[in-house]
Amino acid sequence: MKRSNEPIFWSLFGAGGMLAALIGPALVFITGIAVPLGFIFAADTMSYSHMLAFSHHWLGKIVVLAVIALFMWHAAHRIHILLHDFGVHAVTTVRVLCYGGAFVGTVIAAYTLLTLKP
Amino acid sequence: MSNRRPYVRSMDGWWKRDPYFIRYMAREVSAVFVALYAIVLLFGLVRLGQGEAAFNGWLQYLKTPWMLVFHVIVLAVFCYHTWTWFNIMPKTMPIIFIGGKRLQPGTITGTGLAASVIACLAVLFIVRGMS
Amino acid sequence: MADTEKIIEIQVLRYRPEQDKEPVLQSYKVPFTDDMSVLQGLQYIKDYLDGTVSFRWSCRMAICGSCGMMIDGKPKLSCKTFLREYYPQGLKVEALAHLPIERDLVVGVEDFVTKLESIKPYIIPKEKRTLEQGEYLQTPQQRDMYEQFSSCINCMLCYAACPQYGLNPSFTGPGVLALMHRYNADSRDGGQAERLNSLGHADEGFWGCTAVGYCSEVCPKGVDPANAINQNKMNSAINYFTRFVTPGEADK
Repeated sequence: MKRSNEPIFWSLFGAGGMLAALIGPALVFITGIAVPLGFIFAADTMSYSHMLAFSHHWLGKIVVLAVIALFMWHAAHRIHILLHDFGVHAVTTVRVLCYGGAFVGTVIAAYTLLTLKP
Repeated sequence: MSNRRPYVRSMDGWWKRDPYFIRYMAREVSAVFVALYAIVLLFGLVRLGQGEAAFNGWLQYLKTPWMLVFHVIVLAVFCYHTWTWFNIMPKTMPIIFIGGKRLQPGTITGTGLAASVIACLAVLFIVRGMS
Repeated sequence: MADTEKIIEIQVLRYRPEQDKEPVLQSYKVPFTDDMSVLQGLQYIKDYLDGTVSFRWSCRMAICGSCGMMIDGKPKLSCKTFLREYYPQGLKVEALAHLPIERDLVVGVEDFVTKLESIKPYIIPKEKRTLEQGEYLQTPQQRDMYEQFSSCINCMLCYAACPQYGLNPSFTGPGVLALMHRYNADSRDGGQAERLNSLGHADEGFWGCTAVGYCSEVCPKGVDPANAINQNKMNSAINYFTRFVTPGEADK
């Protein structure tokens, strides 16, 4: 039988799932709850200058890209299966929409990180 | 002539047939929230690239009640994701022997959850230290 | 039977291809005692109430794998499930889910058997040994790598528990893939590459599984098909990416 290309998507899915499982709750708490409400962390934690400096550092770039891209690939893989589970038979369309979406998101994130203004 | 006429039953609504399937689907649906959160972050990154005013607009947007409620839901879903991720882990790992004894599923799940708590605390401390 | 005997209602999903357009439920009132299995309840129906009810059975002691059916919606061996658990509300028995119904509680097994044959479910010796050389030795740990997967009795409960098989019957399914792993994981076996390249690495193989995990819950013999399948994904993925740099792997 034909060898599956699933390993490509499954590896990205697994990496994103592991990253989300390990640090996801902390990230959501910081960026979505604590910082906007102004508790625990300093008010300027996510200020423009801080975030810009963070995203200019090579390590910062890797962290931002890893979180955004891998979360997207993880989600794309599961949503793709979810639609199949719900009985959506347009396999090719579903694949293109899910993985295409993750791919576009990855490209936008990478492009933005590489062309950040000083 | 054969009188055989095998009857194939429909799979419509299969996931409602068993609580086990509902839990499985809940695990898979969590991905929708992971995607939404990634989109929020991507939006922030694009705004960052567009300059200070644009980025501040995104920061203000995060403070709206709808976004706060949204993030509380996302936080709950992420915690559920962590729980389910390490719960299925014993199934996805090869059989491991340590000192001649097989590593038990409970140990694998427990280690994963502990690692997650430590990693989350580390992120919180690092971010607090940076600001 | 003693005078303390109770009556339980058993609803049976009937399908007689010569007369029924689709399966219909038929209800029977069955006197039972606490030591009676669901299978015995069905045998009572066939012997005393309705001789036309069809179902498979053989050993009555959870080793032949013939009497699997949906009991109140769960895949179970009817010989290993007791009527008393469903008293007084009664129970519903149906043919195993996801498999075509031949008649009443009897499902078609051709697909399963064909798949089972295709994986070469026997040891393909790694090295030829003569009788004089003696037996193939194995350490207890080497045995533990496959032993629990070898307990499969081909009852197909895991197929009735696997929505991926129900949605797409070209997926090989939990039981057969677990048996494939059983032979691949045997230190005496040398057929891994052959089994993996012909099926394991395909969408119909390990990659058709989405780790629902229910197969492992319903197995009456403690086999863990979800583990047998999913632990192979990592190796299959590594092989996918490294096959071009590993000599002799690229053309497979």
